Amino acid sequence: MLANIGFGVLVVSFITSVYGIVASVIGIRKNSLAWVESARKAMQITFPLISIVALAIILLLVTGQYQVQYVYNVTSSTMPLYLKITALWGGQAGSLVFWSWLMSAFTTAVTLRKWDRDREFLPWVILVGLITLTFFLALIIFFENPFVRFWVSASGNQIIAMFPPEGAAPLIPADGRGLNPLLRHPGMVIHPPMLYLGFVSFVIPYAFGVAALITGRTDDRWIRITRRWTLVAWLFLSLGLVLGSRWAYDVLGWGGYWAWDPVENAAFMPWLTGTAFLHSVMIQEKRGLFKRWNMILIILTYVLVIFGTFLTRSGVLSSVHSFAQSAIGPMFFGFIALSMILSVWLLIWRWQILHSEGTMHSLLSREALFLLNNLLFMGILAVVFWGTVYPLISELFTGQKVTVGPAFYERSAGPLFAGLLLLMGIAPLSAWGHSTVKTLGKALWKPALAALAVVVAVFAGGVRNPWALMGFLFVALVVFITLFEYYRGVRARRHRTGENWLSALINLMGRNRRRYGGYIIHLGVVLMALGIIGIEMFQTETQGTIPPGGSLKLGPYEVTFNRLDIFDAADGRNVARATVLVSKDGRTLAELHPRRDLYIDTMQPMTIPGVRSTIEDDLYVLLVDWQPISSTGVTFKIYHNPLINWLWIGGFVFILGTLVAAWPDRDPQPVPVTARRGQVVPSSSSGD
Amino acid sequence: MSKDTLMLKMRKSLWGWAGLVIFLVGVLALSVYPVNAQQPTPSDDDVNRVAKQMYCPVCENIPLDVCPTQACAQWRELIRLKLSEGLTDEEIRQYFAEQYGDRVLDVPPARGLNWLVYVLPPLFLLGGIWIVVRVLRSMRSPLAAMNVSTRGDETLPNPNEDPYLARIEEELRRREKEGK
Repeated sequence: MLANIGFGVLVVSFITSVYGIVASVIGIRKNSLAWVESARKAMQITFPLISIVALAIILLLVTGQYQVQYVYNVTSSTMPLYLKITALWGGQAGSLVFWSWLMSAFTTAVTLRKWDRDREFLPWVILVGLITLTFFLALIIFFENPFVRFWVSASGNQIIAMFPPEGAAPLIPADGRGLNPLLRHPGMVIHPPMLYLGFVSFVIPYAFGVAALITGRTDDRWIRITRRWTLVAWLFLSLGLVLGSRWAYDVLGWGGYWAWDPVENAAFMPWLTGTAFLHSVMIQEKRGLFKRWNMILIILTYVLVIFGTFLTRSGVLSSVHSFAQSAIGPMFFGFIALSMILSVWLLIWRWQILHSEGTMHSLLSREALFLLNNLLFMGILAVVFWGTVYPLISELFTGQKVTVGPAFYERSAGPLFAGLLLLMGIAPLSAWGHSTVKTLGKALWKPALAALAVVVAVFAGGVRNPWALMGFLFVALVVFITLFEYYRGVRARRHRTGENWLSALINLMGRNRRRYGGYIIHLGVVLMALGIIGIEMFQTETQGTIPPGGSLKLGPYEVTFNRLDIFDAADGRNVARATVLVSKDGRTLAELHPRRDLYIDTMQPMTIPGVRSTIEDDLYVLLVDWQPISSTGVTFKIYHNPLINWLWIGGFVFILGTLVAAWPDRDPQPVPVTARRGQVVPSSSSGD
Repeated sequence: MSKDTLMLKMRKSLWGWAGLVIFLVGVLALSVYPVNAQQPTPSDDDVNRVAKQMYCPVCENIPLDVCPTQACAQWRELIRLKLSEGLTDEEIRQYFAEQYGDRVLDVPPARGLNWLVYVLPPLFLLGGIWIVVRVLRSMRSPLAAMNVSTRGDETLPNPNEDPYLARIEEELRRREKEGK
């Protein structure tokens, strides 16, 4: 019954969505406000409708309706309630429903804003949003229906169908297969939703970009409207990436946080173009430059979002994320190709009116440095994209499968990341419009000297790796410059208003959230860079087999094996759990419990590390293998990961900065000021 | 029982006792002194050094040194065997590539079509640099460039774009001039 209701509402959502497309096209052709309003209503109705669909699936999952194939595949009676709920996005069909639900929420939210000043954008935004939504709903209904059920025909054959064939009876399995072991983790609650939110919310700025192209209103209005949407999309995508890294570190048992896995790359690529876009739109807002480039960036971001979903969902590439594969790849491929062709056609059509309004005065101006920043982001994108798709190309043309592993990405993209770090330090000191070597040098020399002093101290401390020293130099430079920028602003405000330091800081940030939020983001990035330098350049490891009482040494640490317990858990796992003591200089620091979980139903092993974390480093212990204790003992692998926790701290700061930048401004008091470009601008520099 | 037989039995018994004593002393010694990792030759670290640069074709994108499956454990033992036979790291990688295809290597060998992996990204970057230089040249106004001021406040944002910041910066400049 519930499955029938869910499927029925799903079909109604699809029909509503198709109607919205038709209504908006008629509204555009007839220039009819009534039809456009009808399309808007249709879009707004999709959200409650798809909410019912999602709710129906959740109820099926929670109540263990194993006759439904999706429920059977992703849940079992032993799973905790929170995992049963999150199993909504634990499989192919459910995750597409979840994607569509989030998409409908965002598109509905965007139609609720005031459109008085931007009425001409409305039908086109609705059209783009609904076409994307309709594509996903069509995939669900025709290829990945989450409500199909098991039946037994009169002849005893098992059938999977939405409705019972004639004479068939329901087939109800006693229990489900359960969620993929990799997904049975608290991270499942938040990591996939954040990534999906990041993906779907980038559809909004793309829709406005397309609307601007079609209507010919190519000033920076569409950018100002979508600035906060873009920041929110970027925030969610960043959160998804950071949480995914943490999940990998905690669960996948390889001692690292990022494996350049195709699906990780799939989420990283739109983040790269989105970040480039966030910087590049500032040039258009401030100087009226690079309108074409901004269009190209948002089109690329949208296409990469769909491409990312395609990579995750098609199973076309080998990945640790290959828990969600099916034959919907060609459909995605077709949609990506169609989106790309139409977007490029629009771009070519409007190429001439997308000319820049200003000129570039200096190669050291902030816009020139932002352009360089965009170039580096695109360079990294080229590396990541090519490394991700090359295995497909190779197999297609030579029949030979190849692997493009982390070594390729690190060697190719590493210098570009270093360049970005350096630019992050220099660009804030450069002025919009024009800067010279002299003025930039004058602003730079003090922070540079302080950063150099840090590097000298690090060198004196025994670090000799030249790449690490360069990394520390850039990190220190960005930190000093950013803090100096804060100091200058707070000092000026204090002098003007007489506020104390804290109030001056808060008010300064409150009055220009975009700028000072951006600086916090930069601080977050360099802290993350510190963690990455630590683990990439100073990670050490060892592996050995030891009997009870035996120990393994790694650097100053000693890991002593105490005992091994093997038992069956209530949720269908066979658990081998070791107890080890970590000591340093003869002093016991911690007791850790690395373990190996074997999910008996799928015979899939999971290696869960025991980790001792400090601000300085992590000691990460893996239980690799064990023999009967009387013979050889237990094999452990130990990683020493210096500075790794700065990666997570930096991630937190990064998100905080994005929240500050995206937070709605207080009501601005318009103060007419004559701007260079002959416009009247409000006192706040933020966008819409 | 003859005397010789008795002596032989006693001698055997003494050797037995001596053996037992040596065993017990050994056990005690082992329990008194710390027991460190039993490192086979070649060691696990040697094996992982090679395995880190390889992938099992069965497992999904997981490096061989950390893959928990039985198949990967067997591959690691094969690496140990090859190391003990005196093969170098690269020879072992090549051995596996010949047996199971290039897919087992962490990066494609630089030959044939694989050159594209290494050549295209730098070419793309060079192309990007070329485009940026062209754009900058076409957009740069010579007149404006000549008018570039060298005042000390060039590092500050354009006041026209951000009046509030402009006020802050103006205040700051004034204070600096006053020597505060």
